[in-house]
Amino acid sequence: MSTSTLSRRTFIKVASAAGGGLVLSFYLPGKESMFAGTSKDEAFAPNAWLRISGDGAITITVARSEMGQGVWTSLPMIVAEELEADWNAVSIYQADAHPSLYGSQSTGGSFSVRGSWMNLRNAGATAREMLISAAAQKWNVARTACKAKNGFVHHSTGKKLSYGELSAIAATLPIPHSVKLKDESAFSLLGKRIPKLDTPDKVYGKAVFGMDVRVPGMVFASIEKCPVFGGKVVSFDGTKTKALPGVVDVVQVDDGIAVVATSTWAAFRGREELSVSWDEGKWANQSSRDIRELFRESVKSKGNTENYAGDVDSAFTNAVTTLEAVYEAPFVAHQTMEPMNCIADVRPDRCEIWAPTQNPQAGQNEASRILGLPIDRVMVHVTLLGGGFGRRLNSDFIADAVKVSKAIGKPVSVVWTREDDTQHDWYRPMTYNVLRGGLDKNGVPVAWHHRVAGPSSRGLVVGGSTPPYAIPNFLVDSHIKDTGVPIGAWRSVGPSQNGWIVESFIDELAHTAGKDPLEFRRGLLTKSPRLKRTLEFAAEKAEWNKSLPKGVGRGIACVESFGSTCAQVAEVSVDRDGSLTIHRIVVAVDCGPVVNPDTIEAQIEGGIAFALSALLKDEITIEKGRVQQGSYDDYRMIRFDEMPKVEVHLVQSSEPIGGIGEPSVPPVAPAVCNAIFAATGIRIWRLPIRQGDLKKT
Amino acid sequence: MASLKLSINGKSRSVEVNPEMPLLWVLRDVLGMTGTKFSCGRGLCGSCTVLLDGEAARSCVTAAEYAEGKKITTIEGLAENKKNPLLKAWIAEDVPQCGYCQPGQIMTAAALLQLNPRPADADIDAAMAMSPCRCGTYPRIRKAIKRASQAGPTVGQGGE
Repeated sequence: MSTSTLSRRTFIKVASAAGGGLVLSFYLPGKESMFAGTSKDEAFAPNAWLRISGDGAITITVARSEMGQGVWTSLPMIVAEELEADWNAVSIYQADAHPSLYGSQSTGGSFSVRGSWMNLRNAGATAREMLISAAAQKWNVARTACKAKNGFVHHSTGKKLSYGELSAIAATLPIPHSVKLKDESAFSLLGKRIPKLDTPDKVYGKAVFGMDVRVPGMVFASIEKCPVFGGKVVSFDGTKTKALPGVVDVVQVDDGIAVVATSTWAAFRGREELSVSWDEGKWANQSSRDIRELFRESVKSKGNTENYAGDVDSAFTNAVTTLEAVYEAPFVAHQTMEPMNCIADVRPDRCEIWAPTQNPQAGQNEASRILGLPIDRVMVHVTLLGGGFGRRLNSDFIADAVKVSKAIGKPVSVVWTREDDTQHDWYRPMTYNVLRGGLDKNGVPVAWHHRVAGPSSRGLVVGGSTPPYAIPNFLVDSHIKDTGVPIGAWRSVGPSQNGWIVESFIDELAHTAGKDPLEFRRGLLTKSPRLKRTLEFAAEKAEWNKSLPKGVGRGIACVESFGSTCAQVAEVSVDRDGSLTIHRIVVAVDCGPVVNPDTIEAQIEGGIAFALSALLKDEITIEKGRVQQGSYDDYRMIRFDEMPKVEVHLVQSSEPIGGIGEPSVPPVAPAVCNAIFAATGIRIWRLPIRQGDLKKT
Repeated sequence: MASLKLSINGKSRSVEVNPEMPLLWVLRDVLGMTGTKFSCGRGLCGSCTVLLDGEAARSCVTAAEYAEGKKITTIEGLAENKKNPLLKAWIAEDVPQCGYCQPGQIMTAAALLQLNPRPADADIDAAMAMSPCRCGTYPRIRKAIKRASQAGPTVGQGGE
């Protein structure tokens, strides 16, 4: 890739060297480009998304956050495809928070590619057409005799001009109102395995994550917070802390005590010597057992209707067979490898922030609120993210840095410990679910009832709970209870737990009806042809009907989420002492047009590892209002040697483009649990799978 | 505070630090070498792995004074030689997702290959089992280690 244009790294240097004033001046109202000196070097920047300089270097703006899902590569590929650019000339510019220039920059919901698809194609096509017009003007020939290809405009006579040579003329032309997009069959870059642009820097240790930004004059800080959610500081004594070498200051920031120091380590150590008296508040005596009891009691009565069809009560009355089961999902944490952190430099009239955030505009709003500054006086630079998974949609860690910098009047890097990160997360909700199903005399489901109780946020609790199956009478009702536990989006959100519940219970119904789980689902997917095709494709690739060695069980599951469909077949065995081996997981996914197959495969593998950790490892539990887990020893993830073989198959598809970061997560737990049932007859109703759950009695 | 002389990537560096400060923070906060990552601070994850005299060490639980007199190799040292077969293999397999744990994974793999240039799958499992990756890049890490093992020595240049 070209290194002559602004990379993320040089940009940070430029920004900090030039000072906030110059950087902010990029955002003067009415200024179309965020690049300083655009006119001087004859760059062509027809829109916010790209810039072609006189030397031919192409810089494509990425307005979403790179957290491993590959948007630094996939989004520029979309622009470059329509632009007919030479991919080797492309580098990227990570956009700062700027709502009016970029629209939403929130990176979640597996939305980056599908949400930018048309915008970015239009941006690239617009520039392409203008470059063609520039060549036609220069040669004084008809546009129709000119064609753009691989960074050049070619004339029918064989002469050609590079984009760099044309950029100055193109910059003088009017922007066309509408442009023709390429036919998808003519794509030459999209659909290819393109190496990720950020990989070399990540391999060389040069990639800049939040914690790696260095600002002149900055100090380091870490904040002691009440271990109980919502607790407040009553009083504190920082005398012993202040006496430690390297500690600069101890300051209260709202509900925490910040230790400011010359190194992150000195700040961490300083916290150990703090003496803080907390008002632990109303949740001080709560345990996760209490929360479970609260949920278990509440499901005894009818909840708020979330979704329904037909008349579920009379359908159950008429059903020949009914089945009931309780499914329990625990609180789980995100556990990004890079703990929460942020750098803020608050001045009287402005604030500059460097943050590994999925939502820079929310951070901008939060800083603006805290400081009482207008939005355009708050600049948020997005660094690389050492994992996101939904955790970094929240701005609590940005608020931390803003408050500390405001208090001490210096730029500061606020870093959370691993334990802070585990104990002050926004967890996937714990839920308690009663499932009831009714079959008619032919074993066909006629009634489905899912009653869920969960904490605080309805959408996070009930998302993905409506079954995709054509069951004439169904009801989902909910009880949402305040538990004081922060709840947030966790890679694949509602479907991550409800996919497990729906796909496990439909499996229970299939077995109760004495039918093959694949055929049972196929017969019910009449309203979801895309999901049905994906299911069938997975079954075909996994050779569903082929017999397995003795002791090996096979399970299937399919979930539509984030605009894509994903089906998985897991093959497992359980030995006599109850230990589980997952032999392989076969995955079929339909995400519509394929941008970068290599990234898709990586995301599917990654989603499976993420889901397996929640299925097989630890849960977040609460005792005396405190999260009991802290680090990688008591909140574990699956290890290198525990990763099963994963086979990924993409469905050839003419469906609309879908997301890919999350859709592989929901089918994992049910496919594995259904395989465990097939192998052992043991049904998993409560996550995670615990030691002893699979031991036959 | 003490004056320590550290040999980092073949260069001698003098630092005035608390001798108990973990090497990780000397590298990151004192010397500005941010390639080595903080993730747990308790030696549980290996994101901070460096080589001390060629062996993998978790710099978050290694006091700076302990590293004095030893040859310290960090990811920056390894990357001085862009032809390093391990780094080339890591790029060829496009291993990283978020990338945060990758310097530690690479240093752990470098130590493995130094001891055992042709590791079997079980050797790779044993060496990498205590280095979690939340993005689940495990299959590609395995491929990269195998690719590198077929290509020649992986450390000994740039850092030593």
